[in-house]
Amino acid sequence: MRRPLSPGLADDMLEQWAPALVFLAMCFAAPISMLIGAAVLRVRARTVTPARLDSYECGEEVDGSAWIRFHPRYYIVALVFVLFDVEAAFLFPWAVSLEGAGWIALVDMFVFLGILLLGWAYAVKKEAIKWQ
Amino acid sequence: MTLLSNPWIHGLVVGTPVLLVFLAASALASWWERKFAGRMQNRLGPTIVGPFGILQPFADALKMMQKEDIVPRAADRALFNLAPVFPLALALAVLAVVPFGGSWAGDEWSSALVVADLDIGVIWVLAVSGLMVFPTWMAGWASSNKYTLLAGMRSVAQGVSYEIPLVLAAMVPVVATGELSLSGIVAWQAEHGWLVFWPPGPGLFAFVIFFMASLAEANRIPFDIPEAESELVAGVLVEYTGLKFGLFMLAEYTHTIAASVIASVLFLGGAHGPMPEIFGPMWLVLKASTLFVIIYWIRWSWYRFRSDQLMDLCWRYLVPITLVLVMITAIMRGFLPGGAS
Repeated sequence: MRRPLSPGLADDMLEQWAPALVFLAMCFAAPISMLIGAAVLRVRARTVTPARLDSYECGEEVDGSAWIRFHPRYYIVALVFVLFDVEAAFLFPWAVSLEGAGWIALVDMFVFLGILLLGWAYAVKKEAIKWQ
Repeated sequence: MTLLSNPWIHGLVVGTPVLLVFLAASALASWWERKFAGRMQNRLGPTIVGPFGILQPFADALKMMQKEDIVPRAADRALFNLAPVFPLALALAVLAVVPFGGSWAGDEWSSALVVADLDIGVIWVLAVSGLMVFPTWMAGWASSNKYTLLAGMRSVAQGVSYEIPLVLAAMVPVVATGELSLSGIVAWQAEHGWLVFWPPGPGLFAFVIFFMASLAEANRIPFDIPEAESELVAGVLVEYTGLKFGLFMLAEYTHTIAASVIASVLFLGGAHGPMPEIFGPMWLVLKASTLFVIIYWIRWSWYRFRSDQLMDLCWRYLVPITLVLVMITAIMRGFLPGGAS
């Protein structure tokens, strides 16, 4: 399955990624063409009353903007997320090269993961990743 | 033949049927869910349009296309209009790397019917589905509505958190097989055994956690906080009308279907199964449909987690468990057939 890193690497990359790019473009074309279709088909109101364009607040008069300062609650969660995500980025190449690298790589990564788990335990103890 | 070997043409020729089939499947899934929910609640579901109401999704689509398009005065127009495009496009794009078939060449399984057989298929899947957080937040913020803002905040927290168990659970097949391409992972499973069963233990747990995290990423009950009909009206969709609303709904089905397909490829052997190889796509459809049915079975019989329970479950339990699973798999790999470290 895995192709060797060869002088033809650039061709190889194009061969792999061109279909992916074509498919990605088609995936975006689908909803966009549907929206264009809807723009042609849809009913247009003859009169637009101002209340129609109000934000929905269960029928009450709109009370101020929604773009306010708001406590997002997951500031630290996001930080911890970045930590684990970066760690995952390290894990992928490790997982693929385990076969050649042998036990040393295994032990190395376990030390790394062990430190990470310690950090996780600390974050849990400090209630940093608790939904406040 | 020479024409098909051109990568651009290949993407177009294989990609078009994949795209159309999954769009149709998503539309049909909405009909199926209503029928299924009807059964579970002792009612009939749609019956009027076509036999057994099977044409209902098309009637719905037509209705939604005709509806008046309202953009609230306070909304950020550009973002508001852009947001509905992404969920469907991203949910479909995940399928680019899925091998829908395969065949034996002697003792070796070679996967086939892939749109783009990327070396880093697993990363493509995780990266593309990771982007799903953005359209939800775009919609939530751009609508300039308090409900959508709250729903957007919650779903970013949820999406970001469950990304970790999802990635780490997907790491288990990668570690076990030493492959990052989905076709490679399926080939390994065809030769050594499906990853739910083999390596015994971690594979099964990783599958369950991957499945749960997929549910969370697809905002299905018990993780449907972003939508939370009874608390937040309709989540980030409050201000959307017509087809823009429809695209979000369609994308939810597509996302759920795509998640079922990915889970069956990573853990259930993908297109591998008994009987001649020509039935490969059928096996994949069968496996994915089973998972899909389970997702909706859960949806119509379970309740919703509270936000804090949701985060606790993820960070306190799923993250460390998946980390340990990855480590166990790495150790076992030394003793597995195919693992030579």
